[in-house]
Amino acid sequence: MIEFDHVHKRFGEHVVIDDLSLRVEDGEFFVLVGPSGSGKSTLLRTVNRLVHIDRGSVRIDGVDVATQEVETLRRGIGYAIQSVGLFPHRTVGENIATVPRLLGWSSVDIRARVAELLALLKLDEPAFADRYPDTLSGGQQQRVGVARALAARPRIVLMDEPFGALDPVTRESLQASLKAIQRDTATTILFVTHDMDEAFGLGQRVALMLDGKVAQVGTPLELIRHPANERVREFVGGSRARLRELAVRRVRDSMRKDERADGDAVDGGASLQDALGAMLAQGRDRLPVSEAGQPAGAILLADLVALRE
Amino acid sequence: MNRRALPVAVLAGAGLFAALALPFLYLTPNRLLSGAPHSPQALALAATWALVAAFGTTSAKGGPVAVASMAWLLIAGLPLLASIDAHSLLLTTIPSARVPLGAGFWSMWLAAVLLMLDRLRDVRMAGRIGAWLSLLAALVAMGLGGCFDTLALVREFHAQRGPFMDALLTHLVLAATTLVLALVVGVPLGWWAWRTRRTDGLVVGGLAFLQTVPSLALFALLIGPFAWLAQAWPALGAIGFGGTGAAPAVFALVLYALLPVVRYTVAGLGAVPADARDAARGLGMSRVQLLARVQLPLGWPVLLAGLRIVAVQTIGLAAVATLIGAGGLGRFVFLGIGQGANDMVMLGTLAIIALALVVDLLFQAMLALTERRP
Repeated sequence: MIEFDHVHKRFGEHVVIDDLSLRVEDGEFFVLVGPSGSGKSTLLRTVNRLVHIDRGSVRIDGVDVATQEVETLRRGIGYAIQSVGLFPHRTVGENIATVPRLLGWSSVDIRARVAELLALLKLDEPAFADRYPDTLSGGQQQRVGVARALAARPRIVLMDEPFGALDPVTRESLQASLKAIQRDTATTILFVTHDMDEAFGLGQRVALMLDGKVAQVGTPLELIRHPANERVREFVGGSRARLRELAVRRVRDSMRKDERADGDAVDGGASLQDALGAMLAQGRDRLPVSEAGQPAGAILLADLVALRE
Repeated sequence: MNRRALPVAVLAGAGLFAALALPFLYLTPNRLLSGAPHSPQALALAATWALVAAFGTTSAKGGPVAVASMAWLLIAGLPLLASIDAHSLLLTTIPSARVPLGAGFWSMWLAAVLLMLDRLRDVRMAGRIGAWLSLLAALVAMGLGGCFDTLALVREFHAQRGPFMDALLTHLVLAATTLVLALVVGVPLGWWAWRTRRTDGLVVGGLAFLQTVPSLALFALLIGPFAWLAQAWPALGAIGFGGTGAAPAVFALVLYALLPVVRYTVAGLGAVPADARDAARGLGMSRVQLLARVQLPLGWPVLLAGLRIVAVQTIGLAAVATLIGAGGLGRFVFLGIGQGANDMVMLGTLAIIALALVVDLLFQAMLALTERRP
């Protein structure tokens, strides 16, 4: 659990974080989203004390981070950034092993953990651990960056726009990997992005930050359905917000179990956006739904138009 | 004519000119008087340079190799040729007579060295080192075998052997001490300047100003303060500290070495990507760990390149240190000038140049080793 309690930070005259309070629960995928200069990155960096706050406190499980030895604090928290920051003179394996080595793990444990992470992040080409960062693609580098952040099994991971510089296909693949890892390990992830689609796609809860304050915090659906004010509505996408809602909702929550339809089936776990796409592609206003390959019901265009909470 | 052929043509032209127009060696009655010029092999040497020019400008495939081989042969062969000529000249004259090398020899030798440097530019590091080492081995073998004993320079060396070895050692100790002290003071200073971004501040500015003070003036300026120090603390005087001698010399040499060390330390630290630094700190590296595991390994090649310049510069500057009694190879240069003994001047000068070249090669080899990807 991370608590921000009346946090205040200014750089010179400019107030970056303005009396901000926020709570991130254990095991939660929490996204800070907002435009450039809204203070989201600065807020993230107060957690591992790369930024020192002027007033207020940041607590992890009730303990003020300011009272802890700073290197110990940081080694307990994963950290990944947009520019990755791999060490160019170290191999992939050595990069991933950075924190375990700082913590004094045995070389056997380190080797096992590196192999595990390479598999987890789909980097299991032969001899991948012995390659140097400048021989990797951008997507591979960022996978290594994420592996490095996760290496010592931290309970909290901070991620500052880690996928911002990647092409859409690579980004989606990495988002899916990260989401699965977070679900399986129950790691608390605090994730910063300026991309609203990424925020809604990844976050269990999302905080929209504007001018150093939290404009609204809630589940993606709450932000889409009940924007707190005009500015939030604007950022969430105005009338196009409903398209984002389709991306957030699952087919199985809106399908009719007692109906059947013709056409190529969509999976119950797919998003409503995928279902709408399939309807447009097939020229139909209803499609069959399958769960684990078995017919399970049908999804209707009319239901998408009239979605209720 | 292509661009690569131009340096060869220019150097071969210079060699041709030196062979025909400049005296290859002199015959003098003794080591102080000047004598008559002799160029017994002028035409043969001119023909050799014409051949170099022909090989250098041909588009045939073996051209570059032929030129490099001829440069190798010239560097090794010119001293041998001079020794043979000297031998025949000395047969007919008095025992005190000497045969110093003339401008023609030195010009051709320099042209041959430059030619070899130019031809080896595109060759791999191993090939380059091999070529120079084989050359050095050939020259040393001939020298030890007594092949050059007829030359005035070598006679001078034999006459001065003891003092020469002392001076060489002193020179090396002066330079090494300077280098170590400059590192010990300069690297922390550079780290501080980098951290506080004071690369254009008072300290670095002051060091830059020091570079503009002529070395002779700086040595002279230090005599007063150091003499005073030795008087104020007799304990310092007892260990050889004084207005003249090694202490003020090393102090001045360190002052000159500091600016490049500080500058290259700053550049080395700047060679570490900012994002790697941010990640290192965010992952929990302490300042010392950041320095030892990230900044030093990444900045080391840059610092080493700086040290190479400092080492060569210090070996050159240390020649002047002899004037305040610090000894070193400069002693022969200034003593030789005083006596009018040109061979003695040459002996000191050549030794300093050779020392600088050897140290430069050593640093190049170290650089090549650090830059090699494991």
